Amino acid sequence: MITEASTENVIEVENLVTHYGDTQILNGINFSVKRGEIMVIMGGSGSGKSTLLRYLLGLNTPTSGCIKLLGKDITQMSTNEMHDMRKNMGVAFQGGALFGSMTVGENIQLPLCEHTRLDENTMRIMSRMKLEVVNLAGFEDLMPSQLSGGMIKRAALARAIIMDPKLLFFDEPSAGLDPVVAAELDELILRLRDAMNMTIVVVTHELDSAFKIADRITVLDQGDILMCGTVDEVRNSDNERIHNLLNRKPKTEVVDVDAYLQRLTGHGV
Amino acid sequence: MKNIFTQLGKKTVDVIEELGYVFMLFYEAVGWLLLGKFRHQSVRLRHVFHETVQIGVQAVPIAIILCFSVGMMLAIQGLETLERYGAQSQVVTGIALSVTREFSALIIGILVAGRSGSSITARIGTMTESQEIDALQVIGIQPVRYLAAPLLVAMIIVMPSLTIIGDLMGMLGGAIYTSYELNMTVATYMERSFAVIDVYDVMQGLMKSIVFAIIIVLVSISNGFQVSGGAEGVGKATTRSVVLSVSFIVIADMIFTFFLTRI
Repeated sequence: MITEASTENVIEVENLVTHYGDTQILNGINFSVKRGEIMVIMGGSGSGKSTLLRYLLGLNTPTSGCIKLLGKDITQMSTNEMHDMRKNMGVAFQGGALFGSMTVGENIQLPLCEHTRLDENTMRIMSRMKLEVVNLAGFEDLMPSQLSGGMIKRAALARAIIMDPKLLFFDEPSAGLDPVVAAELDELILRLRDAMNMTIVVVTHELDSAFKIADRITVLDQGDILMCGTVDEVRNSDNERIHNLLNRKPKTEVVDVDAYLQRLTGHGV
Repeated sequence: MKNIFTQLGKKTVDVIEELGYVFMLFYEAVGWLLLGKFRHQSVRLRHVFHETVQIGVQAVPIAIILCFSVGMMLAIQGLETLERYGAQSQVVTGIALSVTREFSALIIGILVAGRSGSSITARIGTMTESQEIDALQVIGIQPVRYLAAPLLVAMIIVMPSLTIIGDLMGMLGGAIYTSYELNMTVATYMERSFAVIDVYDVMQGLMKSIVFAIIIVLVSISNGFQVSGGAEGVGKATTRSVVLSVSFIVIADMIFTFFLTRI
């Protein structure tokens, strides 16, 4: 499955511990992604996968641990170094996060405006090229509010790849889309990796999509990594929680009577 | 009892935390304005211009109406009160000084806080909620540089400009009513008004308006960035932003007036 992946790690996370207020969200996570690889981060709601993505993007500062992107620790970087690093990163957010006050074309050109000194015509042509890649040609003059859910995700993807980044992060590509559009997006992700040899990290809880695009899958559960392996390894895993996730089984936890009472009354028993 | 103290302590910590946040915001915005060019992220003149039009130019008609009305209101009250002492002609001095030193800046401050402060909070709050602020950051655009710094400059240009328009309109409002009541031409009234006020009176109003501008920008932006909890959160933050801006403006005005009248 891995076509041009090398053995070089372009993303390395070591002992990542993070907190939200007083609650610990990630409990010392280690994982790595190789160049040209599509890594899918999977897990149920509240497993910490969106949190992990935020830290990979450098949007929050972790409690401890290090996050190396392209060999450099982003937790120790100065603002200027981080600014340069961002030119190598593209992100497509779950809701698209297109700027509502700009047209689709302006949204896609924004990274170019900020990072390059190209003239306007060149930028326009480049943004049209990326719109062609995501099958949205001719939509550059529309406002984001005039687009459908699938189109917004594709436009967001076009903005994410406008700088031809080495690392592409994609949050929930198929959430809230109909199966056909979701499948198209999966194809698009595979094509991007093949055409541009990007390293792609996808966060999702859609099983079909994950199995289709992933080279390796990392399964997160309650702030810990349950396993990290190829699609087949994950499918054949005998871990009960992974089984539940794959077979859509609801959680069946043994009720601790004391803890249950304590929760109900709000007092220590 | 213990509960009250815990609450009080928590509130105090929250207030100090928010103050710190607001000062950092101001410091960063000024930092980007001065040093942005060296960090390859200069504040774009285009954005400043755009904000100036939105906050300032579009507020001119309503500013004219409000200040004109206040001037006229002062004339009505002034004439009514001064009549008791037979000193109606002093109404010119009263209106000229109170409009330039006080009312124009205050009315414009409240107008802009309600009109633009709320929209700034709603806009930035919605952007926070829809991850647009995160998107800016991952593109490599500092939200404070991109959103806050142009607003700060625009507001500091707009508020004094609107205040000057307000000064003139306030006096004109007074002039029209007074000229009708006292058989005086509008030109004579305005001439007398300009003879009464000096640069210091106008400067007092302008200095206040700059302080109000900074208050509105900091309060509205900090509330916008701290939005959480969806549409309801945006609504709450917007209300909070307007209430806080107007309150701070009135309190700051009182403190300013206290010191400025003693110089």
